[in-house]
Amino acid sequence: MFKSKDLLGIKELTPEEIYHILDSASGFKDVLKRDIKKVPPLRGKTVVNLFFEPSTRTRISFELAAKRLSADVINFSITTSSVVKGETLKDTALTIKALGADFVVIRHSSAGVPHFLSRLLDISVINAGDGSNEHPTQALLDLFTILSYKKKIKGLVIAIIGDITHSRVARSDIYAFTKLGARVRLICPPTLLPAEVDQLGIEVFDNIEEGLKKADVVMTLRLQLERQSKGFFPSLEEYFYLYGLTAGRLRLAKDDAIVMHPGPMNRGVEIESEIADGPQSVILEQVTNGLAVRMAVLYLLAGVKK
Amino acid sequence: MSKKILDNNDINRAIRRMAHEIVEKNKGIENLCLVGIQKGGVILAKRLSSEIEAIENCVIDVGALDITFYRDDLNTKEEQPVVKKTDIPCTINNKTVVLVDDVLFTGRSIRAAMDALIDFGRPAHIQLAVLIDRGHRELPIRSDYVGKNIPTSFNDSIEVFIDEEGKKDKVVLIKGQS
Amino acid sequence: MKILIKNGRLIDPSQGIDGIGEILIEKGKIREIKLEQKSKRAEVQKGKTSELQSFRTIDASGCIVIPGLVDMHAHLREPGFEYKETIATGTKAAARGGFTTVCCMPNTNPVNDNIAVTEFIIEKAIKEGSCTVYPIGAITKSQKNEELAELEALKRTGCVAFSDDGRPVTNSLIMRRALEYSKIFDVPIISHCEDLYLSEGGVMNEGFVSTILGLRGIPKAAEEIMAARDIALCALTGGRLHIAHVSSEGSVKLIRDAKSRGINVTAETCPHYFSLTDEALISYDTNLKVNPPVRTKQDVEAVKEGLKDGAIDVIATDHAPHHIDDKVREFDSAAFGISGLETAFALGLQLVAQGAIDLKQLIMTMTITPSRIMGIPKGTLAEDADADVAIINLENSFVVDPSRFLSKGKNSPFNGWTLKGTIEKTIAMGKVYDWT
Ligand SMILES: [Zn+2]
Repeated sequence: MFKSKDLLGIKELTPEEIYHILDSASGFKDVLKRDIKKVPPLRGKTVVNLFFEPSTRTRISFELAAKRLSADVINFSITTSSVVKGETLKDTALTIKALGADFVVIRHSSAGVPHFLSRLLDISVINAGDGSNEHPTQALLDLFTILSYKKKIKGLVIAIIGDITHSRVARSDIYAFTKLGARVRLICPPTLLPAEVDQLGIEVFDNIEEGLKKADVVMTLRLQLERQSKGFFPSLEEYFYLYGLTAGRLRLAKDDAIVMHPGPMNRGVEIESEIADGPQSVILEQVTNGLAVRMAVLYLLAGVKK
Repeated sequence: MSKKILDNNDINRAIRRMAHEIVEKNKGIENLCLVGIQKGGVILAKRLSSEIEAIENCVIDVGALDITFYRDDLNTKEEQPVVKKTDIPCTINNKTVVLVDDVLFTGRSIRAAMDALIDFGRPAHIQLAVLIDRGHRELPIRSDYVGKNIPTSFNDSIEVFIDEEGKKDKVVLIKGQS
Repeated sequence: MKILIKNGRLIDPSQGIDGIGEILIEKGKIREIKLEQKSKRAEVQKGKTSELQSFRTIDASGCIVIPGLVDMHAHLREPGFEYKETIATGTKAAARGGFTTVCCMPNTNPVNDNIAVTEFIIEKAIKEGSCTVYPIGAITKSQKNEELAELEALKRTGCVAFSDDGRPVTNSLIMRRALEYSKIFDVPIISHCEDLYLSEGGVMNEGFVSTILGLRGIPKAAEEIMAARDIALCALTGGRLHIAHVSSEGSVKLIRDAKSRGINVTAETCPHYFSLTDEALISYDTNLKVNPPVRTKQDVEAVKEGLKDGAIDVIATDHAPHHIDDKVREFDSAAFGISGLETAFALGLQLVAQGAIDLKQLIMTMTITPSRIMGIPKGTLAEDADADVAIINLENSFVVDPSRFLSKGKNSPFNGWTLKGTIEKTIAMGKVYDWT
């Protein structure tokens, strides 16, 4: 069922593989509801968290997921590793190999680094975000969250608002949602829309009101504040005026629409606080589900014959 | 080559006898619950519970336990594990839990099941009920209640077909290459 | 010593020659070239046998015998980047690829913007080189876009063209002055067309593939804007403009249009721009990272069309060897460039096999045409010319194995490709390299 030793992206997965991960994740979600939240399948295994970009949230989620599976966890981060001293990525990879790790969870600002590692290492490589390419576990947890509220993906209208160009979350989500039959709408200024993205079978809106109409799921992306200085839009105020998710705009979506955000949020930039904390928000649920999904991924990859 | 070794009647009789033994050994069903091991043990646990309820005239808790996360063969199995539902309907603290499985073979599943169970609480006793004991234990585990002992060779396989109604039950022995 | 090459099919577009015949080489020069007349075949052979003792005879039967290839765009890296390539290894790789003449770009360290560097390159090439090297001088001092280098001194010392290749001349006024001033010497200004604002941070072609790989794209417009600017400046000044490494359909059209308007522009493309599309980058193989980037199928077709109708004059290699540490790393920080000398001709032959151009056109684009653009006496089998010859078996196949390249740069995206057309022998100034 799950053939690759690695999870590099959603691009590479079949719908069957995606559902297999999600099914396993619901088993782990049950485990997380118990008093004893730890199970033993990765006993004796070592997971290396290799983070070249600061991301406390994702790293902690992977770390906890690994520990819940009884694995040992080593955290490497750019500030503590020797990468800064001129060690190449290849050296780092070979060091990890020499340590005898079984998994490497990699976050890097450059797209394709997980693919690079996967060619260099025979252990499982899990992409925890590479440049603007993919963030597959985020898409899986988004799917899991949507499924838990909507019971299906096929036919749902899912609107993604924000900086699509630079967003690995958007890419992984687009692949995941379209593979499972959802109708994806991208809402963003044309300056933040990647080239020829329409070939992915999505709809594009530069008007948020149009794009939100009758949506089942509304997702806003984190806006990197430095995009403004690069001229993608003139000011944060103008961005919020055009693309901020407000209560008034959310009313255009279906009454039972859920609101998602991959975090961390810029309140008042891409989303109003009232919405983020409102009854339609499932943002905290996403965090819990992230843990279950990451447990499922680690667990299933451990079962792949290498 | 396969051979039907138990038919519908054999199986119904065996389940009824096991139900009586469980009630007898535990002097009633107070403080007792049945937990079937996914996947073959779950239906058997339900069948046992109906028999016990018929004998005792009151309701007994029945649960299902998935042991996938506790197996010791994650890396060695050919096919990918599929996680199934775990559903323990009551607290198991200080209870007598009867683990139920269809076939007792190496004992590794039972070892995994006990580990899994203990993560849900601290039972006073754990007992084991199996429909078929086919021998070849690899761990020091024995069953408290056995439907039928069937000597097999290691490479054989046993397939148990039972459903909730108990209409089309059978147990088949498939001879393996040695 | 005399060398007699016989039984080969001589093809020399500079003289309109194509037929079985013989070439006699003496003292590093072509002494005689003779096409065999079918009826007199036996006689010709008999007549020669008496003299055979004093000849080294090369039997080229089954092969084409053509002028040694001329690469007007290569990076030999010396001085300054000897860990990537040296003049010795780069010219050896050239000879291995059938090249006998290489023009080397000035983006060395120090930059070839002064006669000391030019002299160094020329002397080094004479001492250690396996083929002829012509340096290309920088347009601006240190390639900094601030002031013109001393073009006259560079020209006098041996530079045959000027370029800031590796970078564009961003300042339009300086580009204007370069095109004007170089008219004194009638040498081409070679333009690396790139709008640095548009290409900033880009590592591959901008398009659907860059979108799904999450890599920053370089739009075709970044190249085309500069090509359009330089064509306009060429028209304005009447200078000689040569556009390097044309990769996009838009650039091909701009050049074709400029030529039809009588503007003095020439252009080159490189094998990777007609052999690869951006879809090959799916694996994030950094050996495919090159500037300008490999584009789409549509651009590949346009480049082929340009070679066919003459919009593009030359196939150059843009040989850009790199050390493995510059390539085995993150895609974003990997170096741009392809080690191209040892695969160029075989890749060109694919165009012939596809029917995009004919063999004579291919040979022209890699021999006489670049020689004429650079104003060098190369790329011909004419009598008294330098004895630069390539003997090539068109039918033999080989598998590209960069680990066996003679270049220090093993960075080839063609690793594992099976190509037809093996270089059997290269003769550079009369010196024979036998690769069989
Ligand atoms: Zn260039």
